[in-house]
Amino acid sequence: MTAPAIQLQGISKSFGSVHANRDIDLTVEKGTIHGIIGENGAGKSTLMSILYGFYQADRGTIAVDGTQVTIRDSDAAIGLGIGMVHQHFMLVEPFTVLENVMLGAEGGALLNKGRAEARQELQRLEKEYELNVDPDAIVGDLPVGLQQRVEILKALYRGAEILILDEPTGVLTPDEADHLFRILGQLRAQGKTVLLITHKLREIMAITDDVSVMRQGQMVATRHTADTSVEELAELMVGRRVLLQVDKGAATPGKVKLEVRNLEVVDDIGVRRVKDASFQVRAGEIVGIAGVSGNGQSELLEAIAGIGPIASGEVELFDISGEPTGWRPRHGLGHVPEDRHRMGLVTKFTARENTILGYQRDAEFGSGMFLDRKAVLEASKAQMERFDVRPPDPSLKAANFSGGNQQKIVLAREIEQDPDVLLIGQPTRGVDVGAIESIHRRLIELRDAGKAILLVSVELDEIRALSDRILVMFAGEIMGEVGPEASEREIGLLMSGVWAEDAA
Amino acid sequence: MNKDLPGWVDFGLLPLLNLLTAFLVAGIVVLAIGENPLEAVRHILYGAFGYGNGVGYTLFYTTNFIFTGLAVAVAFHASQFNIGGEGQAYLGGLGVGLACLMLDQYLPWWGILPVAILLGASFGAIWGAIPGILYAKRGAHVVITTIMFNFISFSLMNYLINEYLKMPGNASVQSRTFEQSAWMPKLTWLEGVMPGISTSPANLSFVIALIACVFVYILIWRTKFGYEVRVYGASPSAARYAGISTTRVVVLAMAISGGLAGLMGLNPVMGDQTRIFLDIPQQAGFVGIAVALMGRSHPLWIVFAALLFGTLYQGGAELAFEMPSITRDMVVVIQGLVILFAGAMEYMFRPWVARAFSMREQENG
Repeated sequence: MTAPAIQLQGISKSFGSVHANRDIDLTVEKGTIHGIIGENGAGKSTLMSILYGFYQADRGTIAVDGTQVTIRDSDAAIGLGIGMVHQHFMLVEPFTVLENVMLGAEGGALLNKGRAEARQELQRLEKEYELNVDPDAIVGDLPVGLQQRVEILKALYRGAEILILDEPTGVLTPDEADHLFRILGQLRAQGKTVLLITHKLREIMAITDDVSVMRQGQMVATRHTADTSVEELAELMVGRRVLLQVDKGAATPGKVKLEVRNLEVVDDIGVRRVKDASFQVRAGEIVGIAGVSGNGQSELLEAIAGIGPIASGEVELFDISGEPTGWRPRHGLGHVPEDRHRMGLVTKFTARENTILGYQRDAEFGSGMFLDRKAVLEASKAQMERFDVRPPDPSLKAANFSGGNQQKIVLAREIEQDPDVLLIGQPTRGVDVGAIESIHRRLIELRDAGKAILLVSVELDEIRALSDRILVMFAGEIMGEVGPEASEREIGLLMSGVWAEDAA
Repeated sequence: MNKDLPGWVDFGLLPLLNLLTAFLVAGIVVLAIGENPLEAVRHILYGAFGYGNGVGYTLFYTTNFIFTGLAVAVAFHASQFNIGGEGQAYLGGLGVGLACLMLDQYLPWWGILPVAILLGASFGAIWGAIPGILYAKRGAHVVITTIMFNFISFSLMNYLINEYLKMPGNASVQSRTFEQSAWMPKLTWLEGVMPGISTSPANLSFVIALIACVFVYILIWRTKFGYEVRVYGASPSAARYAGISTTRVVVLAMAISGGLAGLMGLNPVMGDQTRIFLDIPQQAGFVGIAVALMGRSHPLWIVFAALLFGTLYQGGAELAFEMPSITRDMVVVIQGLVILFAGAMEYMFRPWVARAFSMREQENG
């Protein structure tokens, strides 16, 4: 019996009064893929940062290959054969793949020799692990899936035997994710050890050998993946049973609230991002837009929201009597943007200041040129209470809330304006299971209250669970419409560009 | 490390540490040229605060720096680096001077003042808004354009004074002196507590500068426009989402910034020299950058930072006078060190202080 690749014993780490990790034991066997799951803030990332030398544990021991070690910094971790692929890539975008891979391991003042060696080694790694990337491509030009491969190559080039991947599929399309899993399989076959951090249960079930569950800084269970189920893991994660299926009745669609006609979006460099899109959304229904990320959904959503450019075509909103009303961004039209860090929130601002983002000119928050700070505070308090934002502290910076609570702040703001039409992008991206459930339930409530909801999500499960009708986009085009009962295969074909008639 | 620290650390302890470091290094410089640093500090403090006339000069410089510091701060909030305070103040001085030249025959100072404020602020505002428009419409970087606009303003003012404002038959390059009715009152009401202050150039502009601080505070933190400026400054993409017009925010913020710099013209033109002359801003536009950095773009702290630089300017002059081996240039070196440590390297000690804090928290927690 060989020594485990990693053995952690009694690891504890606190930041101020917060116990990020409490008395953690973890054993990872050599040559396995070991998943670590837990809600956001459960302490997964802290634990991995300790393993990679970013933080020092307050207590506890780390053993790599059976030898007890101290990992002071990432150099020490690399020296021990530990490599890490971060959620946000650490790549030099204007450099080529080759240059990125050899960065920090150039070998001498002149690059020629190192470059030749690196190229050879890259070719070997590519063959061995299905890690195909053009070594001379500029990293900034590559899609995220390939950039991630470069990160993996970087780690392997430095001789990593143990690879840590932090939420690797968060940025990937389903196809890219599948390819990543094949690569991980290859790595395992070659005797490498993989630690996979995620909060997606399906990935855990699909690829890992063992899985450890973290909750509130503690390791609550470790299972052989084969011996457990999605339901059990979900329960372990949140400490209670969760609904993976959304309970909802049939939709009762009313009048048309939003109509998009022949919408075209052309980007700065002249590429048509949205091609001739036409559809309607009625009161009391959720229309989902499915598609592999980057196929025009974001541009479509922003164009309808009035913040992206429209090359041609029309967007029309309708009032109760079915008469067209004026189309003004964010008025009668709520918009939960796909990226809450870049758009939905100003993370440096307090929660209360974020309450009026986009509505700062509304009379409700002050007449004339001045802001009514009391009104803003009251609105913020009320929204936090109604949406169960935790902690309910309007003076806390938006950045200091967890992902789920940040999303609730955005949702609360948009919904409290009582718009007839809601545009919702990636409502549960980076949100933990408990919050996903409550956000989903809230969206169904809104639908039943007669709102017209347009939902964009790259999570196919989410689209299928929530939508009453599903539009599938590919390369800027709406390929077809299916019902929520459509099979994954059918939607998948549309997502990959096969026309509806041919797919049926 | 972008840890949140208590406000008093960010606004009090860190600037203080920077300042001490600057003085320490400056002290070593003074030692190196064979003088006693403590003695030098004594001269600076005495020169700046020891007698009424000195205090007056300190306040006079402080006034300039408050205006230019506020100007840089407003632009900062819209994430624009306005280093054109020098040119904007120069043009503002022209506006103030023109108001006085036009009206000094007819009106007392308090009748001229509103016009002087209006012209001074709008000349500066135009000089600030043009780079703003160039950025918003064409992407020309404000740092480059504003510094170029400084040069343009120098040439323009040279031309205007020589060709139009200079008195015929007089060799000195300046306009005629305003009638006494147009002179801004001195701070005579402080004569009781600070005898001699009315012999200094300190004048009512100081009070106007303090009012400008209140104006900026309200503008940035209490108005809808200020909110939009801060959203844009913190996150341009969130501003786009919120339907905030980039052009509007950038151009208006730059105009307000330029207008504040322009108001600085009140102090030397209407309050001191009582004529339009060459090089009205006297580097105050650049000192304003350091003042805004050190004051973290907040009006209250800008007043203190401006006072610090006012002290160094006035006390430095005294020092050069009292210790001949410390020349005027040496004083500039000391000022430069303060700018370097307090302005350019404002975050130098932050990681260490943050670490000390998290350790303390850990012990307590």
